[in-house]
Amino acid sequence: MPWTRRHLLTIEELSLAEIEQIHATAVAFKSTLTRSVKKVPALRGKTIVNLFLEPSTRTRLAFDMAAKRLSADVISLDGSSSSTTKGETLRDTAQNLQALQADMIVIRHAAAGSPLYLSRILNIPVINAGDGAHEHPTQGLLDTFTMKERLGCLRGRKVVILGDILFSRVARSNIHALTKMGAAVTLVGPSTLVPQWFTAMGVRVSHDLRGALADAEVVMLLRIQHERQAAGLFPSIGEYTSMFGLNKTRASWLNPKAIIMHPGPINRGVEIDSELADGDRSVILQQVTNGIAVRMAVLYLCAGGQPENVTPAPATETSRPAGAE
Amino acid sequence: MSSLWIKNARVIDPASQRDAIGDLFVADGKFVDSLSGATKKRAKLIDAQGLVACPGLIDVHVHFREPGQTHKETIGTGSRAAAAGGFTTVVCMPNTAPVADNPGTIQLMNDVIRRDAVIRVHPTGCITVGMKGDSLAPIGSLKRAGVVAITDDGDCVQSNDLMRRAVEYAKMFDLPVMDHCQDQSMTQGAVMNEGVMSTRLGLRGWPNAAEDLIVARNVILSEYTGAHIHLQHISSRFSVDIIRRAKQRGARITAEATPHHIALTDDLLATYDTHFKMNPPLRTEVDRQALIAGLRDGTLDIIATDHAPHTDYEKDKEFDYAPNGIIGLETALPVTLDILVRKNKFKLPFVIDLMTRRPARLINLPGGTLALGAEADICIFDPAEKWLYDAKVGFSKSSNSPWSGQTLTGRVKTTIVGGRIVFSGGRII
Repeated sequence: MPWTRRHLLTIEELSLAEIEQIHATAVAFKSTLTRSVKKVPALRGKTIVNLFLEPSTRTRLAFDMAAKRLSADVISLDGSSSSTTKGETLRDTAQNLQALQADMIVIRHAAAGSPLYLSRILNIPVINAGDGAHEHPTQGLLDTFTMKERLGCLRGRKVVILGDILFSRVARSNIHALTKMGAAVTLVGPSTLVPQWFTAMGVRVSHDLRGALADAEVVMLLRIQHERQAAGLFPSIGEYTSMFGLNKTRASWLNPKAIIMHPGPINRGVEIDSELADGDRSVILQQVTNGIAVRMAVLYLCAGGQPENVTPAPATETSRPAGAE
Repeated sequence: MSSLWIKNARVIDPASQRDAIGDLFVADGKFVDSLSGATKKRAKLIDAQGLVACPGLIDVHVHFREPGQTHKETIGTGSRAAAAGGFTTVVCMPNTAPVADNPGTIQLMNDVIRRDAVIRVHPTGCITVGMKGDSLAPIGSLKRAGVVAITDDGDCVQSNDLMRRAVEYAKMFDLPVMDHCQDQSMTQGAVMNEGVMSTRLGLRGWPNAAEDLIVARNVILSEYTGAHIHLQHISSRFSVDIIRRAKQRGARITAEATPHHIALTDDLLATYDTHFKMNPPLRTEVDRQALIAGLRDGTLDIIATDHAPHTDYEKDKEFDYAPNGIIGLETALPVTLDILVRKNKFKLPFVIDLMTRRPARLINLPGGTLALGAEADICIFDPAEKWLYDAKVGFSKSSNSPWSGQTLTGRVKTTIVGGRIVFSGGRII
């Protein structure tokens, strides 16, 4: 089946087959990451703009690195240096980038739905790098990629997502990816941060940590932000940690083969004990590495590449671009 | 002034329970029972075969943006949009720039209305100074300057004590107090209904409980003080229930529903289209059905549009950043007919009552009737005509309508204000 999408806006709109295509493409690109010459020529001559209107470290670095590994030229623009601080609208900023002949835009924005909005204005591919509390599709793709690497097929696997679900785009993208892949997802956290509305997305909602963690094969932690406490959503960080923080005792309730995940940035001692974050079951850093491969796959496919054409040859002056028709 | 002879119309006048094919006669701007032979010959004849003639529609909730935001709408353009929609009387909200919290601003508005308006336009005044919710505006002086109600529409008075004093004070002047019911502490940053859709879309939710709390507060204050409080654009099923029980006890509470809240639900936000962003937000199908039931049994008294113009470039933004509101004057009648008459089998005279006599009574105005001797404000419409609505070629200065590009059923043919034809054949006369 050929890849036909130009934009990656949400996981909700992807089919299971498309998720698997991205994963398969990422497997091929991952093999290039550990070579001495890490570049492939797939997007040589293309210009990708990283339009990050909200702060980001990991995602931005990973997109940056992924684009460079594909031999694309990368321009990064952040909120404080762009004209949006002078009152320029997103439409105008994006149209200017297109007029500058950018080939693709990767956008991170605090407002949910803004990548969809851009995709309707522009003729070039738009990749969502996180929109408000809506979706963070490449994170959902790299998380499920990491789970598959460790556990194999995800059908029927018990996955717990623990923490501030209400405001989390990571949670939403993972919910969509995991339910499409057949995993059994339980959301856990304080009732104020994990409202019952989520059950309409095909997941369980629980406030009983022990019951939820019992025999779970994946526990994914989400960062707890101090702002939520200020807004009255829970009493204190201390109480959160005592009720929902992942520590050694609680981790012992998990399936013996379970993995511990976190999209970062982590708050050691708040949602996760330092020891667990650095322990054998933690795949937090593998997630980061896989983030490059998955984003290479996404950029490659949305730029018009096909999964079967990935030939991860090192970039040399004479090599043909991968995926060149 | 010339005379009018409207011939062979289905004449509907809720006040006199008239609903029959017949003629209407107008002389010197007022309804008369007949015209003498000579005058009849000279009278302007309107053949209304197959059309409905009813009192001119009345909307107690519009934003005409003048003074201060005339890039969105003016009293001139807004009143033209109203005329095109069959309205002969509208009531403007006071959230202009500056806000209408003093008699000077009201006087300015009335000057512009006299100069530019093609229909009857009445201002409202603010409840509080600067619409800030801190201290009472000069309500008595506003009344003397000509306001028909007071309201802080859009900025619900949060202090229960101040609201109590406001309604107690306004009662002295027999001024209705209109309230936009929203507990702001519960809606910080909220852009849509809180529920399954907001959860899916990752947008900040505005729980119906924030409306219900203030509706209940207003019911309590109305019963405590005996003052008339009018609840604007009710959107929540629980609010409908609170109002129903208050009315059973005889509370002086009235309430409105908008065409968009009875026609649309929050599912439509799936594409983050800002033409579905308004305050209060579109809610769920259960709420929508409750509003229709509330209109049916009289819990909700009237239809009002909350006509809220914004320019294309203001609405064309990320969903979070776009302003609330849609225009509604030119689509109110067809949309309401579609939902209430066609889909929910309301009787046509009853729906006309919701848009004419009842709103007039609510703000103590004499209109909304075809009674002999009354001012000849008339709406003539074809209930069956299908037409393509294009907001861009409409009469409002703005085009922020969710119905633009859709085929609507029911079209206003002629609007008459005080015996003068102001809209006919798709044109302002």
